[in-house]
Amino acid sequence: MNTLIAISLLGILCLLLEVFNLRKAIVPVTAVGLAATLVYTISLLGTNTSHYNNMVVTNKFTIGFSSLFIVLTLFLVLLSADFYQKTAHKIADYVSIKIFLLAGGIAMVSFGNMAMFFLGLEILSISLYILAGSNPLSLKSNEAGMKYFIMGSFASAVILFGIALVYGAIGSFDVNQIYEASHSASTVDWFYIGASMISVGMLFKIAAVPFHFWAPDVYEGAPALTTATMSTLAKVVAIAAFFKLNRYLNGNMKEAYEVMLVVIAILSMTVGNIMALKQYNVKRILAYSGISHAGFMLVSLLNVNLYAPTLFYYTIAYATAGMAAFAVVIYVCKDKENEDIEHFRGFGKQNPVLGAVLTAALLSMGGIPIFSGFFAKFFIFNEALHSHYTVLVVFGILNSIIAIGYYFRIIGTLFSGQSVTENKKIPLVYYLVALGAIAINIGIGILPSIITG
Amino acid sequence: METILQEIGIETYLYLSALLFCIGVFGLLLRRNAIVMFMSIEIMLNAVNLMLVAFSTFHQDAAGQVFVFFSMAVAAAEVAVGLAVIVAIFRNIGSIDVDQLKNLKG
Repeated sequence: MNTLIAISLLGILCLLLEVFNLRKAIVPVTAVGLAATLVYTISLLGTNTSHYNNMVVTNKFTIGFSSLFIVLTLFLVLLSADFYQKTAHKIADYVSIKIFLLAGGIAMVSFGNMAMFFLGLEILSISLYILAGSNPLSLKSNEAGMKYFIMGSFASAVILFGIALVYGAIGSFDVNQIYEASHSASTVDWFYIGASMISVGMLFKIAAVPFHFWAPDVYEGAPALTTATMSTLAKVVAIAAFFKLNRYLNGNMKEAYEVMLVVIAILSMTVGNIMALKQYNVKRILAYSGISHAGFMLVSLLNVNLYAPTLFYYTIAYATAGMAAFAVVIYVCKDKENEDIEHFRGFGKQNPVLGAVLTAALLSMGGIPIFSGFFAKFFIFNEALHSHYTVLVVFGILNSIIAIGYYFRIIGTLFSGQSVTENKKIPLVYYLVALGAIAINIGIGILPSIITG
Repeated sequence: METILQEIGIETYLYLSALLFCIGVFGLLLRRNAIVMFMSIEIMLNAVNLMLVAFSTFHQDAAGQVFVFFSMAVAAAEVAVGLAVIVAIFRNIGSIDVDQLKNLKG
């Protein structure tokens, strides 16, 4: 609860610093504030409380995911200073919107009431609409903002309709009463229609096939830092919220619901990977890779009572790898028209450190050992096998092999030919973020028990 | 004393709001003018508001009506952002026809 308040206050503080003309201090102050909140949040570990009539709950699940979101936002805020150099007079807006986005994300995982969930969802989405269109002079950014806005509000309206039907069935927004209703035999049919609509809306938000069409376009058009936000933070938030919702909503519809999840997971993995093979824009490749990773993460929803640590591990592995990759992509594609893969030619030879980080990040996403991406996939497949979803595991492994194809194409380009990037001094913060993210990734890869234990 | 809700039944409200919601969905899918698409989204959200209020009366529970306030505030924020995006698009291409936004594909 205090985490949420602290984050919201931090966002307001950002805007106040702008008013008092202290723009230079915004990024450092926010970074320190986020770090302090992170320490506080982790120190809460072990508590299990609820606040304000069960509006917000604090338990292991919410603390774990909140900490992950704060770390990701910290990386994004650090990158902001250099990324928005040309529009430095607006830096307060960009940073504070990211902080409010984080507040929405935390509300989305720590809700104890559907009202809180809906507010969190909308705070997150509206912040992302703004960020996607945050380069008003570029038509691509406008188009991305418009597309994301239309798709996102459509999904939000569907979720809202679902929440209204669930409310109509049981007369309460409280998740504990929803949980009881979803396990009782006398629940009205509206409840199941509502639960299905909420699921459809959430699948839109995590960009799972067949609700994925907006993702590549929006990822490509949005400014690179926004794409990084969407593909790491927003995706992880949405999947964690969907996981938590599943625990409360799908009690009686277990079998039908599992079939749906298996089909969507297989489709997401396969379609995402196959579409990524023929892309030449790095942002689009990462967008499709995000779609296929959404498929892998959906596997963990098959048993919401046991798989929370597995999902948490997977989200850290995916988000840190994505963050490290984007730190490099943002640097290489700065001041360039597009993010064509050719911009990366020879970059690895010119700058071995960042080249190695991008390579490591892509290997982690592809699932090569010592990077946590491998163990994340391993745990997920292991648990799917224990629950006898053999088909799912077969498709998952086949897809891991396909995915290697396009990850290695980027790595190959990275270390071949002459560099096309101008050789100049790289701001230290790119190293900091890239190395920090990959260090977390490798760290939990070597010691998975930190997370799963 | 019979309330109006008991007289006409909760189902009628459900059908009406489902109908409004579908009008919104089809408007969003079929129309190509950005402003009309916005109005369609608003219809979808307001259809839900109607349903929430009806259920709130049905259950004799105020939570539903409070939720409507949240959802109205959210809808207003959404439209503010959306209109800003439309203005940016209009400045760039001089039109708000969404069919002209075709730069991103592949």
